[in-house]
Amino acid sequence: MTAVLYDVAGPRTQRRVLIGSVISGVVFAILVVIALLRFNAKGQFDANHWEWMKQGGTWRFFANGMLLTVRAALTGMVFAMTVGALLALARLSRLKPLRWLATAYIEIFRALPVLLLILFGYLALPRLGIDVSPFVALVLGLTLYNGAVLAEIFRAGILSLDRGQSEAAYSIGLTYSQAMRLVVVPQAFRRMIPSLISQLVTLLKDTSYGYIVTYEELLRRGKANADFDSHWLISSYLVVLLAYVAVNFTLSRVAQRLEVRQRKRYGAGSIQAGTEDLAVLAAAGEAKVSTT
Amino acid sequence: MRRARHLQVAVLAAVLTVSMAGCGKDKKNSGSGKKVSLKAGSTMEKLNKAGKVTVGVKFDQPGFGQKDPSSGKVAGFDVEIAKIIAGEMGIPEKSIEFVESVSANREPFITEGKVDMVVATYTINDKRKALISFAGPYYVAGQDIMVKKGNPKAIKAVADLNGKKVCSVEGSTSEKNVKAKAPQATVTLFKTYTECAEDLRNDKVDAVSTDNVILIGLIDKAKDDFELVGDKFTDEPYGIGVKKDDTDFRNFVNDVLEKIYKDGRWKKAYTDTVGKFVKEAPEPPAVVRY
Amino acid sequence: MNAVFDHLGDYANGWFTTIQLAVLSFLFAMAIGLLIAAMRVSPFQPARVVGTAYVDVFRNSPLPVLTLLFWFGLPKLDIGISRFITAMIVLSLYTGAFLGETIRSGINSVAVGQSEAARSIGLTFTQNLRLVILPQALRTVVQPIGNIWIALVKNTAVASFIAVPELIYRTSQINTAESQPVPILIGAAVGYLLLTLPSGAVLSAIERRVAIKR
Repeated sequence: MTAVLYDVAGPRTQRRVLIGSVISGVVFAILVVIALLRFNAKGQFDANHWEWMKQGGTWRFFANGMLLTVRAALTGMVFAMTVGALLALARLSRLKPLRWLATAYIEIFRALPVLLLILFGYLALPRLGIDVSPFVALVLGLTLYNGAVLAEIFRAGILSLDRGQSEAAYSIGLTYSQAMRLVVVPQAFRRMIPSLISQLVTLLKDTSYGYIVTYEELLRRGKANADFDSHWLISSYLVVLLAYVAVNFTLSRVAQRLEVRQRKRYGAGSIQAGTEDLAVLAAAGEAKVSTT
Repeated sequence: MRRARHLQVAVLAAVLTVSMAGCGKDKKNSGSGKKVSLKAGSTMEKLNKAGKVTVGVKFDQPGFGQKDPSSGKVAGFDVEIAKIIAGEMGIPEKSIEFVESVSANREPFITEGKVDMVVATYTINDKRKALISFAGPYYVAGQDIMVKKGNPKAIKAVADLNGKKVCSVEGSTSEKNVKAKAPQATVTLFKTYTECAEDLRNDKVDAVSTDNVILIGLIDKAKDDFELVGDKFTDEPYGIGVKKDDTDFRNFVNDVLEKIYKDGRWKKAYTDTVGKFVKEAPEPPAVVRY
Repeated sequence: MNAVFDHLGDYANGWFTTIQLAVLSFLFAMAIGLLIAAMRVSPFQPARVVGTAYVDVFRNSPLPVLTLLFWFGLPKLDIGISRFITAMIVLSLYTGAFLGETIRSGINSVAVGQSEAARSIGLTFTQNLRLVILPQALRTVVQPIGNIWIALVKNTAVASFIAVPELIYRTSQINTAESQPVPILIGAAVGYLLLTLPSGAVLSAIERRVAIKR
């Protein structure tokens, strides 16, 4: 498609493109240099802003923070998948009240910020007599929210399956639950894997809200380093950002590859549901084109 | 098909293992401490039998309770006091679990039993006494004001804060005091003081106000950026928070405090921590039994 | 319950700030998104590279980290702006990355014939994009864009990290004063539902009306 938007460049256009590229490159470089100079003027490149990097103990501190981040995200994912699966099945059930309850839950919890849910676990539950550690409050918030999102993904996954599959299952005498269990769900699940990985990326990003409930995930540990010596604030947060981007980028790439492979194998429709990461994946699916 | 199923099971198992792996880390070894005689049925005896104690401290206040990322350990005056009290209950240092209790969490943590005591720059006041009980005080600080070096906004006393932007921490007495003594000040609230200090450095606020020892701790590593102004305008007696109406425990802690005032351990705890930037050790305050 | 009703004014203040933040950020994010999408499909190699890098960085960064970095970092570049504007910039940059990707997919989904026809009547790249492709592309991706809007409204919560007086920050303050987390937080939840649920309904309506009949 991209090659169709414009004619193949002739020599004059190529020269123009070259000039344009050089000019924009130079402008960009100048901006970067200005930024760096100002940074330097504020003493941000002085050793005392970066010297924590010499301490191995601090890197281990951060590494453990990353582990705790991953732990919260994975735990949240496991619980959210369970909750999501149950909700999806409830929404597809024959019982009207069950369908209604599940839909209400999904609509409400998808519409609330994760931070609010986490705060609820942290501040409100103890008042209701339930003791929660920061980890539990964080995972609870993540589960409540992502459970609703995953429910939609599961439902969309199941619905995206060709009706012929369930019809064939019934025609060989399987009951509704047998058909779901043996034919529909396993296939639907495979299709949802790219979306699930995307959702994991969202979960990883959302664990940084644990900062507010004093869970010692990576961002909070970055802050602890900044608290120790306020000169280290920028460098600490930069390192934290890089770590997140690196991990998430890898996961996103994996998800993209899987989505493309699936499109080729199943020619399936995309799964439209929920959060922004998924919105993009879904839109990409609509495009029937491999990513550039 | 079969291979895929095995793969799924393996992935699920790996995920669960990683999730649970961290769980073990949170438990502290309950070592057996030395034998001490404690009142039967009291909190101290229960803790001694359990062989461990959970203490709420600050993780971000230099000199009193601060976590050192390079070692992962908390250190400070509050931490030392807590260690001494635990020792008097026969609980060794390694069996103390230090939990971060930010200002707003201190009462809930005690009332919900998440911690056995709180030693976290915890100012004694009547409002808090309605929810929990205090032993001590073990130190008296005072609220003061920190500004940028050179005092560009010419702030000399708390009254000068009116019309200026001040930063403090949510849920602290500092916040309330500023609002009371300088009602025309615009107060910004963060969760911790380092964020306030950073805002001051970036000229987003004109001053940071909280207990002088905390401010001095902040200034210690940034002497070129900040300075203290004025005199302290409140008295902040730091106490040890325990469950309300646990008179036995309170008396026990007060006894320990009085003991260490005399035998030099209080002074040593001070010199090793706060003393590094406030050289002169003050006289320990008299404990208040009520 | 009194705790909630006594503070309706504070809730309202926070609520309106949330709306302002969301709306302004969305407008800028749309602008950024359109620019990024155009860059990514343009003939300029450097534009494509920068666009891709931008998207890859911002989509994979957690909002809290970005917010804190920008708030404490921009002053070091001698850029002095208010908390609200900082939050708005961060939210715009972040959301813009997602919008950019979505719009790009929308562009790619428009039939090739459209572009060929446009070129055959002599339209340039920009004219092609502006007059022929984008109008069709945007109608296809109404639903994902709407989802991104809803996500943005919820993401404004991160501004509370830098003391922007939006809904979560105000709620926190009310709780500090009243110490009744259950009703107070439910009040905040209602506030968000008042924004997101109607948005969802309006979105569905728009999508139905605007859908391209294939």
